[in-house]
Amino acid sequence: MADAAAKTDPTEAMIASLSKPEATWAAPAREDALARLRTMGLPQRRDEYWKYTRPDTLTQTVAPEAKLLAAEEVPMFDGAERLQIVFVDGVYDEEASDDLSLEGVTIERLAAADSDLHWAKNLYGVLEARGQTPVARPLAALNTAFATDGVLIHVTGKPSKPINMIYHRKSEGSDAILHHCIKLDAGAEVTVLENGAAAARFNKVMEVEVADGASFHHIRTQGRDHERRAATHIFARLGTNSAFRSFTMTVNGVLTRNDCVIELTGDDAIANVAGACVGDGDFHHDDTVFITHDAVNCQSRQVFKKVLRNGATGVFQGKILVKEGAQKTDGYQISQSLLLDGDSQFLAKPELEIYADDVACSHGSTSGAIDEDALFYLRSRGVPHAEATDMLTLSFLAEAVEEIDDEGLREEMTERLGAWLQRRRD
Amino acid sequence: MLSIKNLQVKLEDEDKQILKGVDLEVEAGKVHAIMGPNGSGKSTLSYVLSGKDGYEVTDGSAELEGEDLLDMEPEERAAAGLFLAFQYPVEIPGVGNMTFLRTAVNAQRKARGEEEMSAAEFLKVVRARAKELKIDADMLKRPVNMGFSGGEKKRNEILQMAMLEPKMCILDETDSGLDVDAMKLVAEGVNALRSEGRGFLVITHYQRLLDHIKPDVVHIMANGRIVKTGGPELALEVENNGYADILAEVV
Ligand SMILES: Nc1ncnc2c1ncn2[C@@H]1O[C@H](COP(=O)(O)OP(=O)(O)O)[C@@H](O)[C@H]1O
Ligand SMILES: [Mg+2]
Repeated sequence: MADAAAKTDPTEAMIASLSKPEATWAAPAREDALARLRTMGLPQRRDEYWKYTRPDTLTQTVAPEAKLLAAEEVPMFDGAERLQIVFVDGVYDEEASDDLSLEGVTIERLAAADSDLHWAKNLYGVLEARGQTPVARPLAALNTAFATDGVLIHVTGKPSKPINMIYHRKSEGSDAILHHCIKLDAGAEVTVLENGAAAARFNKVMEVEVADGASFHHIRTQGRDHERRAATHIFARLGTNSAFRSFTMTVNGVLTRNDCVIELTGDDAIANVAGACVGDGDFHHDDTVFITHDAVNCQSRQVFKKVLRNGATGVFQGKILVKEGAQKTDGYQISQSLLLDGDSQFLAKPELEIYADDVACSHGSTSGAIDEDALFYLRSRGVPHAEATDMLTLSFLAEAVEEIDDEGLREEMTERLGAWLQRRRD
Repeated sequence: MLSIKNLQVKLEDEDKQILKGVDLEVEAGKVHAIMGPNGSGKSTLSYVLSGKDGYEVTDGSAELEGEDLLDMEPEERAAAGLFLAFQYPVEIPGVGNMTFLRTAVNAQRKARGEEEMSAAEFLKVVRARAKELKIDADMLKRPVNMGFSGGEKKRNEILQMAMLEPKMCILDETDSGLDVDAMKLVAEGVNALRSEGRGFLVITHYQRLLDHIKPDVVHIMANGRIVKTGGPELALEVENNGYADILAEVV
């Protein structure tokens, strides 16, 4: 019967194609997630939040092949003091990774953590499950049900260096599912860096619990491999007076869907989500953000900038939900695209839903071409057309990059963006 | 230096003739002034010379040291030695003033096959030039023209001119919006750059700038043409009697 269903139903076909993970402490969470997935079904074009992004290559059983990029550039975050955790095509590489011990934090592999009393029991699949309402995120449930690798990071203090997840890709057909859980105790602080193309098709979930007074800082770049596909989810819950900051830079990628679901559950918390992306041709990039204010005097910012050309597509679906009683909410959302030609398109769905009366929320979305007056001004000083366009492109992206708190990382992002733009020009 | 012959220009999108045959010859080492009522085509002339889009040259020519300007991209004109101080300098958020200046200096050097200026050397020179124009470190760091007052923007134009060391400088209403002190600073900046090998075309609506930047030749432009040319005394005539008399006389 299962086989018959698999033939007609893409969700069952997907489930049948994946091998069931070994039973560990995570088994009940996986069972629940599988049940959720079956109820929801994999995303379809008709789903409200999949109107602008075709889910078919993410939901077909076999990952479409993606050519490897011969990149000989300095790896991301190369100069930074950091603890490196390396995955190759979605599999942890112990040899390439640093020793996982670091003061103020406990890091374990998901696959190796087998205690029945594990703290991650209260996190694995938990925030993902909460994040399924009011909007279904079936790919995340799929992830919880089938992920066998990833890391569990318990931050108890203030580790002296960032934790860097590096996702190498060496196979043209890899289909990787990774699931990370990050728990910050009260007052703890950590910076998590992520970079790399990861897999031909990458499904990643990161659940982040930020306790009272804790601070989570996240910077990622998604790799320049053009043909790769990625569907990523961040689920975060924020306690009183805590802070969550996440910045993502994406250059190239035939399909990227980044969901970010944040709940502000303690008073005076701050959540910042920002993204800068640059794409050409069949590049398709989708940021889908859902921020729920469920406490008093919290602040949230969403700042997304997309540079599109030669027919590239950018999508932004961003929502601020202010629940009853979430007074003094300060919610800000801006999404902007710079269209370098008439073929490219930006599809935006900004939403505000407010059930409290004493709040200040604003949102804006714009789409525009390069400023001709500024371009002429630069050229009249001798800056060639292409270089001047890149300068203006960088300046357009700057507002998103400025959301990065750490000055060194901010500068590195700006430099990278500049170098990548230049590489495209040469 | 700059040789303009029978230059006729219309708007690209509209059937509107703006320059109706401009003839002008600016020699190296000389300062020429163009005065004229609003709407006479002064800014258009400066834009067409520097290569702005939106205009169509229907007849005539413009050469810089014998090179056909009209055939070049704006950046090529700049590298060839043409500089326009804008009437309305453009604000560019997110691009640092220093980054912009250094990129421009080095882009021009590269285009001319010269060696690029090192970061250290650039810093030294820019600091010295900025100081002369009373441009502080903060203004150098800020995004190009962002949050600059009218006077600061104009001084920033002169700083760019000083750094780029062009052969032919066109200043479009550099005095507008300036108080007397700021105007003196700007004029000093310009005078410091006067040299044998450099030509100036100073466009102004009022005579007062010409008290500080003494012109060799003064032209009156009206309705898309140079209608009268004379010495510095012509500027005084405008100052005393306005344009009406001169225009009545030439028509
Ligand atoms: N881009 C444009 N679009 C429409 N009209 C223009 C444009 N540029 C110039 N003009 C017109 O051309 C004439 C000359 O303008 P301008 O060159 O700015 O004069 P001036 O600088 O002498 O005041 C004016 O009538 C002006 O309205
Ligand atoms: Mg003008």
